[in-house]
Amino acid sequence: MTKTNRFLIDRISDAARTGSISRRDFINTSIAAGLTATTATGLWTTKAAAQPKQGGTFRWGLHDGNTSDNHDPGTYVTRQMIYLAHTHRSYLTMIMGDGSLGPDLADSWSASADASEWTFEINPDATFHSGKKCTADDVIASLNHHRGESTTSAAKALLTDVVEITKDGDHTVKIKLNGGNADLPWLMTDYHFAICPANEDGTIDWQSGDGTGPYKIDGGDFGVQWQLSRHDGWHREGAYFDKVEILVLNDPNARQTALVTGDVDAVSLIELKTMALLQRDPNINIHNIPSAGAITMPMFCDTPPFDNVDVRNALKLSINRDEIIEKIAFGAATKGNDFHHSPAQPYWPDDIPQREYDPDQARSLLKKAGAEGLTVSISTADSVYAGAVDMAVLYSEQAKASGINVNVVREPNDGYYSDVWLVKPFTLVSWGARPTPDVMYTLAYKADAAWNESHFNNERFNELLLMGKAELDDAKRAEIYREMAIILRDEGGTIIPFFNNFVYASRSNIGTPDALAASWECDGARAASRWWSVG
Amino acid sequence: MGDLSRLVLKRLGFGLLTILVVSVLIFFAVELLPGDIAQAVLGQGATEETVAAMREQLGLDRPAPVRYFEWLFGAIQGDFGVSLVSGERVSAAISGRFVNTLFLASYAAVIAVPISILLGVFTALYRNTIFDRVANVATLSTISSPEFFLGYILILFLAIRAAAFPAISSISGDMSLVDLLYRTFLPMLTLVLVVTAHMMRMTRAAIINLLASPYIEMARLKGTPPWKVIVKHALPNAWAPIINVVALNLAYLVTGVVLVEVVFVYPGIGQLLVDAVAKRDFPVVQACCLIFAATFILLNLSADVGAILTNPRLRHPK
Repeated sequence: MTKTNRFLIDRISDAARTGSISRRDFINTSIAAGLTATTATGLWTTKAAAQPKQGGTFRWGLHDGNTSDNHDPGTYVTRQMIYLAHTHRSYLTMIMGDGSLGPDLADSWSASADASEWTFEINPDATFHSGKKCTADDVIASLNHHRGESTTSAAKALLTDVVEITKDGDHTVKIKLNGGNADLPWLMTDYHFAICPANEDGTIDWQSGDGTGPYKIDGGDFGVQWQLSRHDGWHREGAYFDKVEILVLNDPNARQTALVTGDVDAVSLIELKTMALLQRDPNINIHNIPSAGAITMPMFCDTPPFDNVDVRNALKLSINRDEIIEKIAFGAATKGNDFHHSPAQPYWPDDIPQREYDPDQARSLLKKAGAEGLTVSISTADSVYAGAVDMAVLYSEQAKASGINVNVVREPNDGYYSDVWLVKPFTLVSWGARPTPDVMYTLAYKADAAWNESHFNNERFNELLLMGKAELDDAKRAEIYREMAIILRDEGGTIIPFFNNFVYASRSNIGTPDALAASWECDGARAASRWWSVG
Repeated sequence: MGDLSRLVLKRLGFGLLTILVVSVLIFFAVELLPGDIAQAVLGQGATEETVAAMREQLGLDRPAPVRYFEWLFGAIQGDFGVSLVSGERVSAAISGRFVNTLFLASYAAVIAVPISILLGVFTALYRNTIFDRVANVATLSTISSPEFFLGYILILFLAIRAAAFPAISSISGDMSLVDLLYRTFLPMLTLVLVVTAHMMRMTRAAIINLLASPYIEMARLKGTPPWKVIVKHALPNAWAPIINVVALNLAYLVTGVVLVEVVFVYPGIGQLLVDAVAKRDFPVVQACCLIFAATFILLNLSADVGAILTNPRLRHPK
């Protein structure tokens, strides 16, 4: 090691200790400085690994919050509601930084052999901020909030298979399903299923904002800001900050300015256009995390001209994903392969050949279908994804090489998901991350799903979906999801250009773990309890 | 003064009528927006069943005129109803926000009005000098740029480069007045820059207009110093147009600050209105718009009354 290199190693070790660079960056930089990978890894463990420490205030700027939001888990929809829920409430299970499923309120869970009955053991130490113990009754009432005739919960569809939820003692909850569902513990991480205190009559008290989460609400207003302080009785590790302040910063400029000036310690979204500029600021760490969120372009498989599989595949072959990722997503995306299953989800099949841009093959497919000189219209709006309209225009240019004429119809931002999506035959849609392929396929690809945005109806696919759902053997499940992916890729009605990365940022006075969860921005929306102050 | 009170009453009557018309227009404008509240609240997660259940709970399955008149009768009795989205009382949801907007508007007004009138007097006094030119060019350039742009420029220089003021004006109830004034300095400055030119130019024009009158010439011939000619002789006759333009700008400060609120993330009523429209939250939209309409009507009324009080001729119309 030369003198300069030793100096460099000391500097990056310091940076790593204070949490301003990650393990991967540390090792890459060390190798660049002339170390071998093994030495660098050893150095990380002896010298650099940052230790979380207690204390400080976390000021967190969020995009996407309205004054009209509320605490009702059934209507959770904005990031403000969801992030706040992960901070002041708990879920039965949680997605960990490495993508595995970990315990939250439930210490452990187990299933009957056919996966149709699940038992969750609730942590006996878990308490609400009011001091009340969290029991099976609270869990049951909270889940029932999304069930039944009169519920207005957006998560109702996720629990339609649930027949009965019962308790067995104060801390055991049994959930009975009318068929096997191996993913139920994953489903419990859905942002709607926050646990609230039960009322006497079996409803829940969501209005008070009480919860079993790591921080309790001291005050605040929706659409403006929230003040929270540490809940001493929290049942898990973490919650290093003493206080958390959530600020709603919808305007991208205001949000980034606040981050640059240090008015907030972290923001939940940065603009991709300015990512490269922000990266130059030594006080800002950008987190660019591949996610299971996707941009889809669904075509109605039962509406001409999309009812012909060759036409659909010609349209899939006419998109140049690399160019779109480079120009629209500024590189912050993972290439899609026309099946809605992201590498950030479990059971992802890594051996399916990537579909590339191939106008010649598209032309010959169109010829086979007798649809040469095809003209289609794609509806989109800028609110779907920053650059959605540009993306459609770029696609329209790329498709010209295959002799396809794509008209881009710009729809109003307002009401896009009620008047355009599921109504027009060819649209551009943004999907949030779902925890498992089963949840995603059940929501949007099962023949009778309410959101079957491509009107996809494939017998074998639906059969495999049911098989995979009830299968507890991971190897067999992976095989099932592989076959489903191939069916969707070759016969489905959805073009998936890319899975968008979560791109957010924190200041150098905040320490973050090596691996950040990919279920939401900001470490699975749990930055407040997983990150720490190094200042 | 009987004429004056009759005029005020007549104006108030017309004002109420205007507010009623505004409320009808707003209600049907909200009805015309695509999608309804149930869909807006449930968002992408809406299914037919849940939308229907929510419509029923909110009473949206009844015809629009019925809902309008129910709201109207409530409003006449002082009950603006509850927010359809959060279930909070509209009055409670709005009052805090409106106080914030009023605070910011008065902060800006207290600084902008004296400055612009003084500037107007001085530019009239030293008209066509370098001072006059510089003041005119400066204020005209600030009024010609959109306020969000001004806001960003101020943030760039005063918050990022100089780090003298916070870039976002997040405020909370337990802050001291000094703290509040400090945190809201940049939005206040933006508003001041936006409204100053209008008031200053009107003051200057009104005074210069009068300076050509024979009675001013008389005063000059008597040997009155120029500042006294303007302050004692010209200004009293110039008040009417000045009061009018001040009132208009005050109304603008209350109703036109949405962009400034967004840029500085200030929790005022503008942001609340935008959110309520996005969610089709009719009672909140309605209450916000009525507040804006009432602000305009009342400020215009006080401008008229002020103009009449400063001009005896207007008190006795022929």
